[in-house]
Amino acid sequence: MDWVQAAVDGDRRALARLLSFVEDGIPEGREALARLFPKAGRAHIVGVTGSPGAGKSTLVGKLAREFRSRGVMLAIVAVDPTSSYSGGALLGDRLRMQDLVPDEGIFIRSMASRGHPGGIAHATRDVVTVLDAVGFPLVLVETVGAGQAQVEVASVAHTVVLVEAPGMGDEVQALKAGLMEIADIIVVNKADRPEARQTVRVLQSVRRDVPPGCRYGEGVPEAGWEFPILQTTALENEGIPALADTMTAHRRYLQESGQWDFLLQRHARADVEAWLSRYLVELMEQHIALGLEEAIGTVLRREKDPASVARELLEHLITLK
Amino acid sequence: MEKKIRVLIAKPGLDGHDRGAKVVARALRDAGMEVIYTGLRQTPEMVAEAALQEDVGVVGLSILSGAHLALVPRVVEELQKRGMGDVPLFIGGIVPPDDIPLLKQMGVRGVFGPGTNTQIVVDFIRQVTEE
Repeated sequence: MDWVQAAVDGDRRALARLLSFVEDGIPEGREALARLFPKAGRAHIVGVTGSPGAGKSTLVGKLAREFRSRGVMLAIVAVDPTSSYSGGALLGDRLRMQDLVPDEGIFIRSMASRGHPGGIAHATRDVVTVLDAVGFPLVLVETVGAGQAQVEVASVAHTVVLVEAPGMGDEVQALKAGLMEIADIIVVNKADRPEARQTVRVLQSVRRDVPPGCRYGEGVPEAGWEFPILQTTALENEGIPALADTMTAHRRYLQESGQWDFLLQRHARADVEAWLSRYLVELMEQHIALGLEEAIGTVLRREKDPASVARELLEHLITLK
Repeated sequence: MEKKIRVLIAKPGLDGHDRGAKVVARALRDAGMEVIYTGLRQTPEMVAEAALQEDVGVVGLSILSGAHLALVPRVVEELQKRGMGDVPLFIGGIVPPDDIPLLKQMGVRGVFGPGTNTQIVVDFIRQVTEE
């Protein structure tokens, strides 16, 4: 069966199979990606990130319902962490999206991070490519409950929504490098809580300190995007239509300002680098696995330092061509 | 990369007690599987649709309401409608012994009552996904 053609023709079972091939990194998946990549590049990709329990999944579920009510087809990719002990994962994001009536215009896929540290799975960018290529005009990518350094979603998404819960900490927390720097839209969820106003005030006070150009291209005018701070109470569906409008407005801003093209350049670079590092790791595993144990022994006995050992292994790898 | 076993754990019907489902979900996670947990009050259509989108190898239903004989055929039908009729189905919950043969006729591969050692469920899933 030609899974790729079937998926492009709208066969959802074929699409689901294809996503598994891509996620498992098997040859069928890589071949499918090669065929689908030219068809992708049309979707608006929106990353939704924030700390665990901030309400990302509930928010994504309500956003999906809002966009469906506007007649927009969309796909959701929801990433949850893989246990570093068992290799298993409990993927519970669908649980928060229950009031979404199944229909042809929506496709939800849960992914385990499978040891990838950046807040998404290694294969998330490829899964997004497939969903884009088969024609979903909007793809929402929900990251794992993210801490300060899990910013990889910015190299996949055009628009990053940062979800904060009230009581997140003071200005110093917000000033640290990390999620604040990649956010295009900040959402204070659970806005019915009394601490919400204080959180909004803190975020407003640091917003202007976010260094210009950290997210957008240099030499491209940044004026026109105000890095809005919105308030939502996702459980009550409050603030959701405004957030959907703001996401759409951000896409328009990117396209009109020329930032869209800059992001595409950056995404292309990140895509290639991600695969390059993946192949390097595979190559390493294949060719130096035996030498590796011995090399670790020399470090353990303090005969050699780790950097020298790694360099020797790498040189060995290169001579293997 | 090693192929992961993906399992859907769903609760169709109206009973609001999901402790058993969560215990099983956790045991499967600890056995290295990827468990998609959908929560309470799923319609058969929602269960089948989730199974399709997530491309799971196994579907587990937790049913404590006594409605298993009514719910299972509808889940099976919805799965078949989506070309997922070959995906092994198992049930956890309270099922009278007399109903077990009926459920197996409907296509259920395993029935696990309260107090089942979770290792038995893990072994069952490993076995049916290897076929």
